[in-house]
Amino acid sequence: MSEYGFFVDPSRCIGCESCVNACAECETHRGHSMIHLDFLDRRETIATVPMVCMHCDDPTCAQVCPADAIKKGEDGIVQSALKPRCIACSNCVLACPFGVPKVMVKQEQMMKCDMCYDRTSVGKRPMCATVCPSQALAYLPKDLIQIGRRETPVHSFRFGRQAVTTRVAVMAPVGRTEISLDVADYLWEQP
Amino acid sequence: MARPPLTLDRLAERYGPHLNTAPPGGWDDESQRPAQKLVKTHCCFCGQQCGIQLKVRDNQVIGFEPWEDFPFNRGMLCPKGVRRYLQGNHPDRLLQPLLRADDGFRGATWDEALDFTARRLREVQERHGKDAVAVYGGASLTSEKSYLVGKFARVALGTRHVDYNGRLCMVSAGTAYKATFGVDRSPNPWSDIPKAQVVLVAGANVAECAPITTDYLWRMRDAGGKLILVDPRMTPISRNADLYLPVRPGTDVALFSGLLHVVLRDGLHDREFLADHTTGFDAVAAAVEAWDPRRTAELTGVPPEAIEKAARWFAEADRAIAMHARGIEHHSKGVENCLGLINLCLATGNIGREGAGCMMITGQGNGQGGREHGQKCDQLPGQRSISDPAAREHVARVWNVPAEQIPQAGYSAVEIMEAIHRGEIKALLSICFNPLVSLPDSAYTREALDKLEFFGVVDFFLSETAHHADVVLAGSLQEEEEGIVCSAEGRVIHIRQAVTPPADARNDWWIYVELARRLGQAERFPYREPREIFDELREASRGGPADYAGITYERIDQEQGLFWPCPSEDHPGTPRLFEGGRFFHDDGRAHMQVAEYRESGDPCDAEFPLFLTTGRVVSHYLSGTQTRRIGPLVAQYPEPRVELHPRLALQHGIASDDWVTVTTRRTVLTAQALVVRTIRPDTVFVPYHWPGERSANQLTHRTLDPRSKIPEFKVSACRIEKAASAPAWAVQSLPAGASQKAPARR
Repeated sequence: MSEYGFFVDPSRCIGCESCVNACAECETHRGHSMIHLDFLDRRETIATVPMVCMHCDDPTCAQVCPADAIKKGEDGIVQSALKPRCIACSNCVLACPFGVPKVMVKQEQMMKCDMCYDRTSVGKRPMCATVCPSQALAYLPKDLIQIGRRETPVHSFRFGRQAVTTRVAVMAPVGRTEISLDVADYLWEQP
Repeated sequence: MARPPLTLDRLAERYGPHLNTAPPGGWDDESQRPAQKLVKTHCCFCGQQCGIQLKVRDNQVIGFEPWEDFPFNRGMLCPKGVRRYLQGNHPDRLLQPLLRADDGFRGATWDEALDFTARRLREVQERHGKDAVAVYGGASLTSEKSYLVGKFARVALGTRHVDYNGRLCMVSAGTAYKATFGVDRSPNPWSDIPKAQVVLVAGANVAECAPITTDYLWRMRDAGGKLILVDPRMTPISRNADLYLPVRPGTDVALFSGLLHVVLRDGLHDREFLADHTTGFDAVAAAVEAWDPRRTAELTGVPPEAIEKAARWFAEADRAIAMHARGIEHHSKGVENCLGLINLCLATGNIGREGAGCMMITGQGNGQGGREHGQKCDQLPGQRSISDPAAREHVARVWNVPAEQIPQAGYSAVEIMEAIHRGEIKALLSICFNPLVSLPDSAYTREALDKLEFFGVVDFFLSETAHHADVVLAGSLQEEEEGIVCSAEGRVIHIRQAVTPPADARNDWWIYVELARRLGQAERFPYREPREIFDELREASRGGPADYAGITYERIDQEQGLFWPCPSEDHPGTPRLFEGGRFFHDDGRAHMQVAEYRESGDPCDAEFPLFLTTGRVVSHYLSGTQTRRIGPLVAQYPEPRVELHPRLALQHGIASDDWVTVTTRRTVLTAQALVVRTIRPDTVFVPYHWPGERSANQLTHRTLDPRSKIPEFKVSACRIEKAASAPAWAVQSLPAGASQKAPARR
C-alpha cells in the first residue's frame, strides 16, 4: 500500500460541520476547531467548502513570520506557531493564500491545523477525515484515491504571481494539474 | 387537570434546556486525564446507528473515538454523533423521580413515585375501563424496551391502546412494504448502494438526516452511477445530482406514475420478472395509463423531458435503486407514494439483487427494531399481526397468558391524542416521546394533555410534554443500558452499557418491571437484566417475519451485527431480502398495489396559496429534547428559519434575516427568513425541532393517511408576510450561550 495522503474534495462537501465539531475534540487544541467551513453563497447554492491546512512545501505563513515562530517538520507538517516566539501579529493570517491560520487572542498564539499530529504520528487518521460523512476530507493511501475517485489530486496552486505547492491535495477534474486564481480577476464583481 | 404546574419560563429556568458545551471537568482538565476505557457501541440518534467508541472515565462519558472497524460507517460520524457525548453529565439531567406539587415538581423516592403511578393507573382503569389508559413508546428505545412497553401495555395494564412515535416516521413505508412484499424492512443492505448504476432518491434529505449515506451515494457516482433527486428543495446532495426533479409538494405519486407510464409506453419493463414474481401488474399498468409526461408535468411541476429522462435512466440500467424517506411518506397518501416507487422497482425488475432494490431510509435510532416487537398498535412481536389468531396463540404461550386476554389492535399515536381530547382516554404513560413538539397542530395536543386525569412520563430530561406530567420517572440515556437495536439496513446491533445511570435515575426496563410488579404481574415480568428480556423476545419473534430466534449478543459482537430474519443460531442472517424473486407472502409473489393520486388534506386556495413543508436540519434530532441541550449543535442552528425563494421574497419585500410570519389554517409562526434559490418558489420550509412559539407543528394539520395513520407534515397550505417586529419568543431571554440571531450564512 502506498503512502497516505490528505485530500480535500469540495464537490463532496455537504456542509454538515462534522469536521468542525470533531476538530474541537482534538487532544492538542481541545475546545477549539481549526477547520474553516464556508457556505460559498447560501442565497444561490448549497455549495460549501471545508478548508484544512494545505501544509505547503514552502509555507507562506512561515515566510512572513517576523518572529520565526512557524516551523515545518521533517514530515512536511507545518505546526502551530511556537508559543514562546509567537507575538500574535496576524501576519500569517493575512498572508496565507488558503486563509488557514487563526490567532487565538486569549493565548496570544497562532494556531492552525497540524493534520492531527498526535493521531497521525501514531498511525491513526486525522479526526476530521475519519468522521467526514461525505469523505470530502479524506486521508487515504495515495493509489486508492487515484483508482476510486472521479477527480484527480492537485498539489500545485497559483495565486496571481505566487506559485504554491502543497502536501495536501485538492481534488479537481481530470486533466487539471494546477489550480489558478488571481484575485485581480474578481475585483470588477459587484457585491 | 394535567396543566404545567409553573409558568414555562420558570420551568425552563429550572429544567432547561440549558446548554452543555464542555466535557466533564472542562476542556483543560480533561486533557490531562485520559479515559479509563473505550466502549464500542452505537450513536443514540438516527437510524443509521453509526458505530462509535465512547470514552469513559469515573462512570462518565467524557468524549468519543471513531470506531473504524465497524463496517457501516467505518469511523464516519455526523456532528450529532461527534457531540452526542455532551448529553451525559448534563445540568438538566433528571436525577430522581419528580411528583407534581403546588409550586412545580418535588423530588420523591422511587417507592412513592412508583406506588403513586401504579395506583393512579389502576384507579382510572377501575373507574373508566381498561382502555381508558394509553401507553406511548418510542423508536429510540432498544428493542428490549420496545418489547417491554408493548407487553406492559397488553399484559400488565390490559389496554389495547399502545403506540409509539414511529407512527410519525416509518409507518407509511411499513404499510406499503407489508402490503406489497409481506414484510416491513429495507430489502437491501447499504453496501448495495455503490453497486447501483442509477439511484433515485425521493423525499430524503440524506445529507442532513442520514449523513453517512452520502458517502454511499458518492461512491456510487465514483463508479460511474447516476443520481436522480426528487425533492421540492435542493438539499445538499443536489450538488452532485445528475438529474434534479423539483417536485411540487404532495404530488410524488403522480410523478412516480408518470415515470412508470414512460417505462411501460416504451416497453422497458421486465415482463419475465413481472409474470414470474408478481401479482396485480395489469391493474397498476391501467392506473398509470393516464399519467403521460405532459399531464404529470402539469401537476408535479417537473418538466416532461426530465420525466422521460429519469424513467429511461432507471429502466435501462441493469441495477437501479429507489431510496425514500419522510419526504414522500409524511402525507395523507404516504402509503400511495411509497407504492408508486415500489411499483417502479418491481416493473423494472429492480429488487432482490445486488445493487437493485427499493429502500426506505429509517429515521429513528431503533426505527426498524422499535416497530418489530410489539409497541405498535396493530402488531405483536416478530412483526406479527395482532389480529392473526396463530400469532396471538404463539405470543400468548410466550407471555403465559390466555390468547383471548391479549387485547385487539388499539388506536395509533395521533388517534390516542384525539381520544384523550374527546375524553375517551383518561390516563397516559409515555416514554421516549415528546408529542407536544412532534405531533401536528400543537395547540390541540396541549389541550388534550391538559385534560388528562393522570399523566406519567419516563424520561431523562424534562421535555416540553413532561411539563404536563403528574409524575416523571427519571430514566436512562441510551449509553446507560445494554440492549440491541436494528439499524436502517436491517442489521441487528449491540448497544453496550458504557456507564450506569447517575444518582437516583434508573434503567428504563427496571421502571416498567417495578410498575408491573405493583400492578400484580410480577411473575410475568421476572427480568433481572436486559438479556433476559432479549431471550424472551427471541422466542416471541420465532417464526414471525422479523425472526430473531438465532440472534444472540455474542453473535452480534462476533459478526459485526446480524441481519434478520435469522431463525436459528446456525443461520447466517439475511442481508438482502427477496433474492430469486421470493417474497414473504404465502404465494411467494410481490403483490403490486394500485397507487392513486389525491389532493392533500390541507389544500391551497386563494387565502393560503403556498405550500409549507417541514423537516430537519443536520445538527438537531427530532423534537430536540437532546440536541437543544448540546451547545455546539445549538450554535450550528440556533433557531428555526423560514426558507423561501428570492422570487417569493421579492413579492413580499422580504430579505434574509427579516422576520417573516407564516400563517396556516391553524395559527401563525414568526421566524427569520433565509432567502435561498434552492427551494421551489411556491414552497416555504420550516424545520420542526423547537417547542412553543417556535414550533413548526403549531402550523401543521392532523390529516392522517387512512392506512398508515401518519400525519401530513410535508404539506400544509400557508401564506406569508413580512412581520412588523421580532416575535415575543425572540425578545425574551434565550438560554445562555444561544445567540438571538441565527448566523446569516445559513
